[in-house]
Amino acid sequence: WQQAMGSHTAGGSQAPPPPPAAAGGGETQRTQYPYVTGTSVIALKYKDGVIMACDTGASYGSTLRYKSVERIKAVGKHSLIGASGDLSDHMWDDGNSLGPKEIHSYLTRVMYNRRNKFDPLWNSLVLGGVKKGPKGDEKYLGMVNMIGTHFEENHIATGFGNHLAIPILRAEWHEDMTFEEAVKLVEKCLLVLLYRDRSSINKFQIAKITAEGSTIYPPYSLKTYWGFSHFENPAQGAVGSW
Amino acid sequence: MAAAHACSSAAAAGEAPTTGEHRMGTTIVGVCYDGGVVLGADSRTSTGMYVANRASDKITQLTDNVYVCRSGSVSAHAIFKIEAFSLLFSHAVNEHGKGRAQFLGISSRFFFCPGRAYIDGWKKAADTQVISDYVRYFLHQHTIQLGQPATVKVASNLIRLLAYQNKNMLQAGMIVGGWDKYEGGQIFSVPLGGTILRQPFAIGGSGSSYLYALLDHEWKEGMSQEEAEKFVVKVVSLAMARDGASGGVVRTVTINADGVKRNFYPGDKLPLWHEEMEPQNSFLDILAARSPDPMVQ
Repeated sequence: WQQAMGSHTAGGSQAPPPPPAAAGGGETQRTQYPYVTGTSVIALKYKDGVIMACDTGASYGSTLRYKSVERIKAVGKHSLIGASGDLSDHMWDDGNSLGPKEIHSYLTRVMYNRRNKFDPLWNSLVLGGVKKGPKGDEKYLGMVNMIGTHFEENHIATGFGNHLAIPILRAEWHEDMTFEEAVKLVEKCLLVLLYRDRSSINKFQIAKITAEGSTIYPPYSLKTYWGFSHFENPAQGAVGSW
Repeated sequence: MAAAHACSSAAAAGEAPTTGEHRMGTTIVGVCYDGGVVLGADSRTSTGMYVANRASDKITQLTDNVYVCRSGSVSAHAIFKIEAFSLLFSHAVNEHGKGRAQFLGISSRFFFCPGRAYIDGWKKAADTQVISDYVRYFLHQHTIQLGQPATVKVASNLIRLLAYQNKNMLQAGMIVGGWDKYEGGQIFSVPLGGTILRQPFAIGGSGSSYLYALLDHEWKEGMSQEEAEKFVVKVVSLAMARDGASGGVVRTVTINADGVKRNFYPGDKLPLWHEEMEPQNSFLDILAARSPDPMVQ
């Protein structure tokens, strides 16, 4: 996919480039380009349900344009959806009480069919929920992306989180974490993303879903660490400008 | 559960994060104050959307009294080849009082042969670091030959020569700032293409787009050293708040008759701007401190 974001020469355009003219046939929509985008979403299963977190930023190309965007929404009584990618393509809530697995299936069909028409919804969606099943309260966590790839897992991350957060989650996630452990793990991932993902901002939102229902907490910021001695004077003792 | 992480990441993250050329999408600033100059810069170097270095140093020393802020590409693929080795400049010492000799053309007592530099090999965007390394080397020779510190004008013009004569292959926007005994504190802007402009203040890099209006509104002549430094930190951190390509810490270098002072303002010590919040150790502290008003469905 062509990178629609990213700045070019110094002082050059920050806005994403306009999409090219559709090749052939006027009415058929072709592959779009994302304009206003959200970055990673992280989620994991813990003892009481599923915890989901992301930052509250939306970028317009390389500009951090909006800083208080809610990218995690409750859907029905049993699920949460976290969305990364184009903000305008977010799914809406039609108020029925499908369980998380059903919603995941529905979203997968929608995303895949749009992809087949070369008109994707430019998102990676994370779906978490808890619903009563035959074996009691069943936790569910899955994701679906713009090309229709979908799967279920104990921990999920989208966007840059795939590269930076998943290794941490694989190493430190375990069955039946407490809420406190889950929050700490998620914050560890969020901090790494804040340091290393250009499009993340220091304002996060955590949400959880349990058998009782979903809770989306108000946004907050994390402390960052810059105290390495090498950060203060990296060019000391360097040969030349490197 | 086989996870198809690789596929999803490519679509969501866009260009592969590590194969992009290193770019210093940047915010660089230089201001003159009453008695010297303050140079400031952010510290983020990115490859694509990945932050390769969150604490890089973009303010580089050229001589004891002249520093340069670098923005542009930092790929290591260009090779410079200097054609003419003799770089004797007719300059300042004798000409100063007599009305300026043009740096390039008009010679007087000294034989003047400008060095010509061109890129050999790969035609990739070149290295702001290579430019500053060459200029440091030239200035070192020049200082020895001249018998006294180089002027800021000479340093800026050397940067300009390299930038101009290799304009097709370079992507470098630089701000040169320093102090010398003739003209005091000076700031020279050398943007893409090799223009040279002396200015009371200069901004550059991708983050500078967010600062033009701010500086038009808030710049004033004759600030004190403290005011100027505070101003630079404020301005760079505002750009960092909005430019995804800028971030990290703010570094400043203050140059005046007494010498050079480097300062370091880590990310957690910068002021908070609109929609930014007071940082916490963890969300758990917030929960423990008060009962929040969650939006329960």
